[in-house]
Amino acid sequence: MNKSVSRREFLKTSGGVALFIGVSGILPQMISCKSKKEVQGIIQKHPLTAWVQLTDDGRVIIYNPAAELGQGSMTSLPAIFAEEMDADWSTVSVEFSPQVSAIYGSDKWSPNNKVMLTAGSRITYGYYSIMRQAGAQARYILMHSAAELWKTPLEGLSTANGGIVDNKAGRSISYGELVPHLTMPDKLPEFSEPDFKDPKNYRFIGIDQPRVDIPEKVKGTTRFAIDIKLPEMLFGVLERGKVHGASPKLNNELEILALEGVLKLVRFDYAIGIITETIEQALAAKKLLDITWSEAPSNGFNSQECFKKYGEIAADKLTGKVIVNEGDISIAVKSADKKFTVDFKNDYVYHAQMEPLNAVVQVGKDGNSAEVWVGSQQGFDSKLGIPKYLGIPEENVKINLQYLGGGFGRRSMTDFVLEGTALAKEVAPRPVKLIWTREDDVRYGAYRPLTLQRLIAATDSQGNISGFSHCVVGDGGNLVASGIRIDYYDIPNKFAEWREVSEGIRLKHWRSVGHGPNKFAIECMIDEIATYFRKDPADFRKKLLAKSPRALATLDKAIEMSDWGSETDSNRAKGIAFLERSGTLSTGVCEISVNRTTGKINVHKFWSASDAGIVIQPDNVKAQMEGGILMGISSVLKEQLTIVNGQIQQSNFNDYEILRMADIPDSIETEIIESRETPRGVGESGTPLVACAIANAFLKLTGKPLRHLPFTQERVLKVLNA
Amino acid sequence: MAGHSLTINNQTYNVEIKGETTLLWVLREHLGLTGTKYGCGIALCGSCTVHLDGKPVRSCTLPLSALKKDQKITTIEGLSQNGDHEIQKAWIEAQAPQCGYCQTGQIMQAAALLSENPNPTREEIKTYMNGNLCRCGTYLRILRAIEIAAEKIAANT
Repeated sequence: MNKSVSRREFLKTSGGVALFIGVSGILPQMISCKSKKEVQGIIQKHPLTAWVQLTDDGRVIIYNPAAELGQGSMTSLPAIFAEEMDADWSTVSVEFSPQVSAIYGSDKWSPNNKVMLTAGSRITYGYYSIMRQAGAQARYILMHSAAELWKTPLEGLSTANGGIVDNKAGRSISYGELVPHLTMPDKLPEFSEPDFKDPKNYRFIGIDQPRVDIPEKVKGTTRFAIDIKLPEMLFGVLERGKVHGASPKLNNELEILALEGVLKLVRFDYAIGIITETIEQALAAKKLLDITWSEAPSNGFNSQECFKKYGEIAADKLTGKVIVNEGDISIAVKSADKKFTVDFKNDYVYHAQMEPLNAVVQVGKDGNSAEVWVGSQQGFDSKLGIPKYLGIPEENVKINLQYLGGGFGRRSMTDFVLEGTALAKEVAPRPVKLIWTREDDVRYGAYRPLTLQRLIAATDSQGNISGFSHCVVGDGGNLVASGIRIDYYDIPNKFAEWREVSEGIRLKHWRSVGHGPNKFAIECMIDEIATYFRKDPADFRKKLLAKSPRALATLDKAIEMSDWGSETDSNRAKGIAFLERSGTLSTGVCEISVNRTTGKINVHKFWSASDAGIVIQPDNVKAQMEGGILMGISSVLKEQLTIVNGQIQQSNFNDYEILRMADIPDSIETEIIESRETPRGVGESGTPLVACAIANAFLKLTGKPLRHLPFTQERVLKVLNA
Repeated sequence: MAGHSLTINNQTYNVEIKGETTLLWVLREHLGLTGTKYGCGIALCGSCTVHLDGKPVRSCTLPLSALKKDQKITTIEGLSQNGDHEIQKAWIEAQAPQCGYCQTGQIMQAAALLSENPNPTREEIKTYMNGNLCRCGTYLRILRAIEIAAEKIAANT
């Protein structure tokens, strides 16, 4: 009990109670609360972890520390908590936790450093043990309170569906009824594996609950940041041009300032900002800006002509940053019975999250505080860089996390949040809603990098791969290097390196990051080798995965699901691919056909089998696999962002096309391998399976390799006619 | 600036807004009906879909000046009393949305489809829904939701 509130006062004023369950060594406390606002205030200030709020009318509010961008965190993380708390799900509602990483962060990003970050498919992995521990501790407090109330030993009590049961005395009490009687134990135990609920008694983990966020999304009442409206709110837009990093010179400042509703122009190094009374005034003024742009690092860069240079970089004798070096690749290549050298390429792709970037920001009149409403994937700094930007203390910044209309990595950047802050600072204390138009979102995007990948494989006299070397040439470090490892393949000599080349183009994580291009190259290389030796690509992989039983199980499952090897229609073929992403192992199989006149590839069916460890919400995992695979098909068949002389060539969905319903497969079937291993992520597992599975099916169908993403109709025709 | 009288969800709104302003921004920023979403501004994503006299239209390219006085506008907020249109119920049953941003536009388009054609084939659904983009990749569940709703409507009539 909080010492500042006496027990009597607590009972008198309480409309509920927030259970503050501390991390190790910190005693739990309860704080009485009359209103939600009060609780929020207490939670913000309090240096303890509050995961749950109980009210005496029986409601249980669980706080979700992750962003919700459609991946289901609003349901799956509270389900883990509710499982150990043994809550009655029908009484549970879920709210976003305050954005304070010291309290709500996970140390699964980097040891001893708590971070709130919804990225890399790491939320379930990052919070599984935290939510279990906190849920078990909440249950312990409730049991302790019942034991005190009934004056009976705690050991004789148990819990069931949101209540305490005393079997011996034949009595029970619901958690809600227990709220006025809550007392704190002197010491809160730290629970470990044997203390947790026996999985055979699970009611939420592994058992589908309808997603808690869906009813509002269907009604249209979900609040995204773009839906926020505050009193006295102004609107902001920026013109950033078509060349990343170019500086603007505004030629008609007076004309713009004279427009109706234009309050202020704000200069950025790379943009001109406009603040207006209404959104339509902002959009109209933006169109009238007359700007001369400076030179920029990307001037002269052409994204379709750079591959020659990249090939030369790959051929250079100077090695880049070595990522994998096992065995001796040079001996393997020198002593090879046969050597394969193949280049793979990929163009830039854009995130295209359906909600264009936006943020609502209010800076205090004295400039010493700020409040933000934003859809963010959070970040290593839970205040999104605003304290540093404004030069104010961290506690003076409040982030109100909203639902995200898609993220895919783009919303783990804070550029748009800081832009909104810069505008709001100019008109403080009036709030400003900064909106990026779709054109802004495309042109000033931060793309998945373009790369060239040179793969060299050595095989022995039996056609086994004895050495595998992978050189990726591109910009962005891990953005191009992730997914280059092939630990699961039993190949004695492995080598992988990254060679840097920078073009001054903005880059960022894009669903599955480097795994998309890298797995495309690796898995296609495997099929090209298998095909050369007239071996079945699935059998070939079986041998490579022989020492990785969990990986092999996904391969076997996908073979079974897809009825591999049973093609009867000579116009169709199947392709297979295996990969690891975010700790999850997956095999995918697709069935395609090709229109040889138009070059159009049709994906008819897709099967995937994954081992993601313990699965919290199976249907949600399936939804993530389906979504990831469809986004993969979109990127592989349609998406291409091109740059000519530094200028981004696309601007909206007319010239940057994404997958539409007419082109979806007939079915996507997903199987999950039963596992008791640590839960891993699935949000990015489907996407990188697609390029390689399609290209491998294409190789089987036509005998010709597709080696440059995306597989536009033009490129497919060129390959077919070569 | 001219006065416009709009009938939205059976309610009359009188607004003083320039005629070139699109219905999308009037709904969202002037009237607070934010269930209709901005996605592209050029009628290529369908997130802003509303009904004009029962027919689906893209509000992002529809200027106020093009609206006639007696035309009835329905937004997601007015599709049903409590979010319980057959389509909305089917959407929940299919667990269709992920991020949810495009879904209100999808639902408005699908509701119009079923009122025109209560028993569409898969191909008819795909053709009718082709203008509505979803980046999360929920298309297969949207298809399923429309089929569920069509079955329910058929069973109820």
